[in-house]
Amino acid sequence: MAVKNFVVASFDDEAVLFPAVKKVRTAGYKIHDVYTPFPVHGLDHAMGLRETSLHTAGFVYGITGTTTALSCMSWIFTTDWPMNIGGKPHFPLPAFIPITFELTVLFSAVGMVLTFCYLCQLAPFVKKHIFHPRQTDDLFVMAIEVTAKTNAEELKKFLAGIGGTQINEQRAEAGWWYGRFDREDRLFENKRPEPVNA
Amino acid sequence: MKDQFVVPARLKTTSFVLMGIGLLTLLIGLFAFQGEHGSTRFWAGLLQNSTFFLLIVLASTFFIAATTLAHGGWQIGFRRVPEAISMAVPVLGGILFLLLMILVFTGKTHIYHWLDAEHVAHDPILTWKAPFLSKAFFTIAAVLTIGLWSYFTLRLRKMSIEQDSWDLSKETGKRIIWRNTVWCGGFLVIYVLSVGSTTPWMWLMSIDAHWYSTMYSWYTFASTWVSGLALISLFVIYLKRNGYLPMVNEEHLHDLGKFCFAFSIFWAYLWFSQYMLIWYANMPEEIVYFKPRVWGEWRPIFFLNLVINFITPLLFLMKRDTKRNYSSMAFIAVVIIFGHWLDFWQMVGPGTYQHLVFPWFEFGIGLGFVGLIVFLVSNQLTKAALVPKTHPYLKESIIHHT
Repeated sequence: MAVKNFVVASFDDEAVLFPAVKKVRTAGYKIHDVYTPFPVHGLDHAMGLRETSLHTAGFVYGITGTTTALSCMSWIFTTDWPMNIGGKPHFPLPAFIPITFELTVLFSAVGMVLTFCYLCQLAPFVKKHIFHPRQTDDLFVMAIEVTAKTNAEELKKFLAGIGGTQINEQRAEAGWWYGRFDREDRLFENKRPEPVNA
Repeated sequence: MKDQFVVPARLKTTSFVLMGIGLLTLLIGLFAFQGEHGSTRFWAGLLQNSTFFLLIVLASTFFIAATTLAHGGWQIGFRRVPEAISMAVPVLGGILFLLLMILVFTGKTHIYHWLDAEHVAHDPILTWKAPFLSKAFFTIAAVLTIGLWSYFTLRLRKMSIEQDSWDLSKETGKRIIWRNTVWCGGFLVIYVLSVGSTTPWMWLMSIDAHWYSTMYSWYTFASTWVSGLALISLFVIYLKRNGYLPMVNEEHLHDLGKFCFAFSIFWAYLWFSQYMLIWYANMPEEIVYFKPRVWGEWRPIFFLNLVINFITPLLFLMKRDTKRNYSSMAFIAVVIIFGHWLDFWQMVGPGTYQHLVFPWFEFGIGLGFVGLIVFLVSNQLTKAALVPKTHPYLKESIIHHT
């Protein structure tokens, strides 16, 4: 994890946000993330995010569940502890199918939830920097990373020109961390992020 | 914008060639299958194909009704395609009705053995079922179901075309939604009470009159519904390839693909539910249906059925890209329709002509029906604009994003 400088701008409306995202990308700035109060259709495309691999992970988890269930049950009922249940053969495949299905679903569901949390950097007790308190309420917040090539002052003017409001600069942890928000100050050299004039 | 479909000469030729093959097979079959056993195969082949193709075109009406009731806007861009397909219902329904009447009233066919009064009198199970499996009830039910399906289908189509000349006001939009909802709701009641409940019992399950499965109708419904979706996809892809349907794109295809994917799994769920309960209970009167299929000559077809209709769509359509690609969707749609045709074959065959044979006759007749459907649908597509311009959900369809 690394502490980085960000220029943060807020937008009032999707209709302003979309062209702004395009312009920021065309201008060559590096968008850290865009925070929206609700899922915005097509924003991932506009931001140029790659297609998620979550479904591939889900498939792998599912296959793992299938093989676990089938191999486990067939080992138990043919080798480890063969039992006569209703005169059925020791390898009654149809009777195994419901459990195989359930384990497939269980493995893929739980696996995908955990993977999703990991990808979104969500976990119990884990903290993430919040760029603007209203980003879950009614504002669309765009955080742009200040790299070695970025001129922060120019960027602020640029953002103001494309409809951004409440533009400020923040120095914050880019990823997630364990800890408490009240002690996070030590992460920032310039103390807490600038208070937001709402 | 190409909004008026013109049947290309090639498509017309293809449909005529296919219908020719069907008629030729019918004639050959008429002469090749003589005697008691032979004629059974002849009539069983006709029953299998006419039921299957009637139910898959009927699935288009169900598609219209279900999406309308769900207030789905995404399908409006290609709404005229299922409408045109559904217009084959009265024609195929007429063919099937004719066939059923021949089966029931000539007394020369040996498809339904519950028709034999003497046999029924000595058979307690069939005596008990006699009120249901009787000529009168069978005929009345066939008239009612096929008649009501045709009536509702024609009605929905008529309303849709009529709406094209209406204005774009809010009031008109509300009226369109309201009357479509009412008529589609009415159709769904009929559809569920027939296809989802009793019709497949009478037409197909009564071939094995001793056997019964409450799952059977749902199983048939799932089979024909997923094939019907594949058929809609095929026509959409065809039109798209020829430069029509400008508002339809990968997003709509993706949703059709999801439907095919989901209902292939649904079909497998019913396939398995029907099989497992009977396998588990292992009661002679129930296992009799699966005996020739799982442990008899039909075993390869029975499991091929599962591979084609479940494993193949499951693995093939799982990826997003295959659902969004016109060629791969066309491929899997053909596979699904062929697979469910096989499914119907193994539903009808073992109970009638019993032995597994190379299905040249059944397949030839099937091609004939395909030709007929292509001919009817392409004709119907020319009868109205391809985009229902006044439908209030049209915009939702244009901007649809999965």
